Amino acid sequence: MEALDGNAIGGELFEAFGSEMTAASGRCMFCGSVSHIAELRVYLRAPGAVGRCPACMNVVMVVTRIRGTANAELPGLELRGP
Amino acid sequence: MLELPDWPGHRAGQHVDIRLTAEDGYQAQRSYSIASGPEDPHLVLTVERLDDGEVSPYLVGELREGEELELRGPIGGYFIWEESLGGPLLLVAGGSGIVPLRAMIRHRLARGSAVPLRLLYSSRSLEELIYRKELLQDMAAEGIDVQVTLTRDWPEDWSGHRGRIDRQLLEQVAWPPAERPLIYACGPTGLVEAVSDELVAAGHDPGRIRLERFGPTGT
Repeated sequence: MEALDGNAIGGELFEAFGSEMTAASGRCMFCGSVSHIAELRVYLRAPGAVGRCPACMNVVMVVTRIRGTANAELPGLELRGP
Repeated sequence: MLELPDWPGHRAGQHVDIRLTAEDGYQAQRSYSIASGPEDPHLVLTVERLDDGEVSPYLVGELREGEELELRGPIGGYFIWEESLGGPLLLVAGGSGIVPLRAMIRHRLARGSAVPLRLLYSSRSLEELIYRKELLQDMAAEGIDVQVTLTRDWPEDWSGHRGRIDRQLLEQVAWPPAERPLIYACGPTGLVEAVSDELVAAGHDPGRIRLERFGPTGT
């Protein structure tokens, strides 16, 4: 399927982080490129949502919903300010 | 159109998440862009009905006046436009991708902003053009440059563009890169990425291009 982008998980991220995240940026730990969260390639059909770096396509974010609560893991993203 | 107690207001381009819960507890959630401008009196969502959808057939066909919805938002801080961000503005829409861009145009008009604004809107047919009268008559009369391309069917006397958005059409419609337009493109992934690739290849600054990919999927 075609990827969407980080805008599509803005609500889940707001819930997980407690603030608006799509305009925040992060540095990919695999390739070093810096992107806005809104620019991540996001796949929603996995169990949970998977966000990939738009430059190297490595998985940098995983968002899951467990017992009604949104959780975000950042296995490859170093968050920076907006 | 929704009445929302305690709504904090929104910025043009933001969306909301709507969650439906079935009697057996099954939940389905989808995102819908806000079609109204921040200055409009009511929050308006425009929902395209997808025949195999889980949420849109309910919202379009079954939801009755006075019923309540579970709504989260406003969401988004990247794909937004405010007067202070300036322009000139180029908005590119594919299909229902027009919705958040309409909010931006309404915001621009409500503020009486002088930021030059061009809209390039790709639709399969004139019948499927959302906000047809508002865009082609009202906004055009207010000085918004509205360019429509029809990709599948067009009336015999159609004087707008025909076919998908391509390099040639973008060269014709977009501001030159030297004018450093601020560009927002929203629509299906394929369209949005093609538009972005062509604009970057033509010399536009990727840092001034913001994209939002729409898809018939949800969380």
